[in-house]
Amino acid sequence: MIPAIEVEQMHKRYGALRVLAGIDLKVEPGEFFALLGPNGAGKTTLINIIAGLTRATSGRARVMGYDVVSRYRQARRMLGVVPQELVFDPFFTVRETLVLQSGYYGLKNNGSWIEEIIHHLDLADKADTNMRALSGGMKRRVLVAQALVHKPPVIVLDEPTAGVDVELRQGLWRFIKQLNREGHTIVLTTHYLEEAEALCSRVAMMKQGNVVALDSIRNLVGSVSGCSVRLRLSPDTLPPALQPLMSSREEGCYILTLAEYSQLEQVMAALRKAALHVLEMQVLQPDLEEVFIRIMGTHKIRKPETLSV
Amino acid sequence: MTGFLTLLYKELLRFWKVGFQTVFAPMVSTLLYLLIFSHVLEEHVQAYPGVAYTVFLVPGLVMMAMLQNAFANSSSSLIQSKITGNLIFILLSPLSYREIFFAYVTASVVRGLAVGLGVYLVTLTFFDVPLSSFPWVLMFALMGSALLGAIGVIAGIWAEKFDQLAAFQNFVILPLTFLSGVFYTIPSLPPFWQGLSHLNPFFYMIDGFRYGFFRASDISPYVSLGIVATCFVAVSWLTLQMLKRGYKIRH
Repeated sequence: MIPAIEVEQMHKRYGALRVLAGIDLKVEPGEFFALLGPNGAGKTTLINIIAGLTRATSGRARVMGYDVVSRYRQARRMLGVVPQELVFDPFFTVRETLVLQSGYYGLKNNGSWIEEIIHHLDLADKADTNMRALSGGMKRRVLVAQALVHKPPVIVLDEPTAGVDVELRQGLWRFIKQLNREGHTIVLTTHYLEEAEALCSRVAMMKQGNVVALDSIRNLVGSVSGCSVRLRLSPDTLPPALQPLMSSREEGCYILTLAEYSQLEQVMAALRKAALHVLEMQVLQPDLEEVFIRIMGTHKIRKPETLSV
Repeated sequence: MTGFLTLLYKELLRFWKVGFQTVFAPMVSTLLYLLIFSHVLEEHVQAYPGVAYTVFLVPGLVMMAMLQNAFANSSSSLIQSKITGNLIFILLSPLSYREIFFAYVTASVVRGLAVGLGVYLVTLTFFDVPLSSFPWVLMFALMGSALLGAIGVIAGIWAEKFDQLAAFQNFVILPLTFLSGVFYTIPSLPPFWQGLSHLNPFFYMIDGFRYGFFRASDISPYVSLGIVATCFVAVSWLTLQMLKRGYKIRH
């Protein structure tokens, strides 16, 4: 099967600054895929290269098998991109914007699909309003609509929910999940790890221009052994034997980090010995956020080699 | 083809939606030039025998208005799209660099012709300006607007800020148009300035365009047309190379 997105040995440098340091990545058709990483990790640069907005220093990228440079026309027809910035053309209304965007892809008689997107994204009331007069959330919806106007099999969303209110965020995800069910490949970047965890089947974590983890969420979460324990005690003191395990204290609770589940016995024994009442106790499974923090914290990156000319 | 036509339509719609500012305002300012210069100089200047100065002035001013507006159209559209970020919608699309080039240049030509025609029609209500060869007039109008439309694409791509574009307009386009013989004939100048004027491609556009009205010119219209066409080909080639490489727009 032809991968929806395939990136091979992608490098990008701006002068001496290395933004991408040899990315290899494959996204299969129908996947719901997340690119995670701190600001400056290179996520947007990678997306921009796939979209043809940025030229790679070396390496190749293909969308549905089409090279994004040598066969850019086909590649771009396969790809819909929702950019991170809230950009719009102040000269036009919502409907004009969508009709024009559709025309750029060479599509005629696309009116019924445009009306369908307008309806799905709750833009019907604003369809003939000038872009300038829309709220930020509405502009975001138009950006999504513009990315979908040519029915691309692969949809890339760069931080689609940044600065978007809860209601819109949920509506947006419902719609995108539906698109995914209908067979569209979805790639997103997000800072909200719980979103990625709830929606995506696979994630790539990027750091300083490298992919440092690439796996299904289940495997990534499974790779973190141990758990956290949340305790509320009476009296409110932690026995000295347990002090080394304490990772934080919040709202009158102690949070202990255990390397293995079997350490629970030790904890219970220490509490019994100190004759403390346990008012509340929760065992917390590691989640994607925990995986993220561990990987970002521990992964050693080769120092960028100095450029020699 | 549809992609190109859509971008062209969008560019036309863009200036038409603000037509008061993009078509009507330049018409008014050109007519003001005509009013003032003809009042001041009518008595003192005789460019061609038997042609009143005001009548002589009309084709030059019409051409100047066309050139400036053709330049303004592509350059301001591009810089606005770059600065507001909405150029991304064109860059994400499968439009080729040739389609982008021809759409911007054609829209510039249309705006140039709209302003030029408007100015000419208004002056006709006051003065009798003969149009003796429509093909020459049309040829130079198209060539000149297209050349300036292409230069506008270069300026719009090159400039990163509005003041850089304004600098390009004020230090390159404006001197070239004002020193091209809009207000005078070149033989009336001292030899040094005559020689300098012959290096100015805008001079050939004005001179050739004027030939279409009076059947009189400083230079053979064939030579002028050749020079203007050569400039257009050279500038277009440069513009296409910039667009192809994504100079300043695909980083």
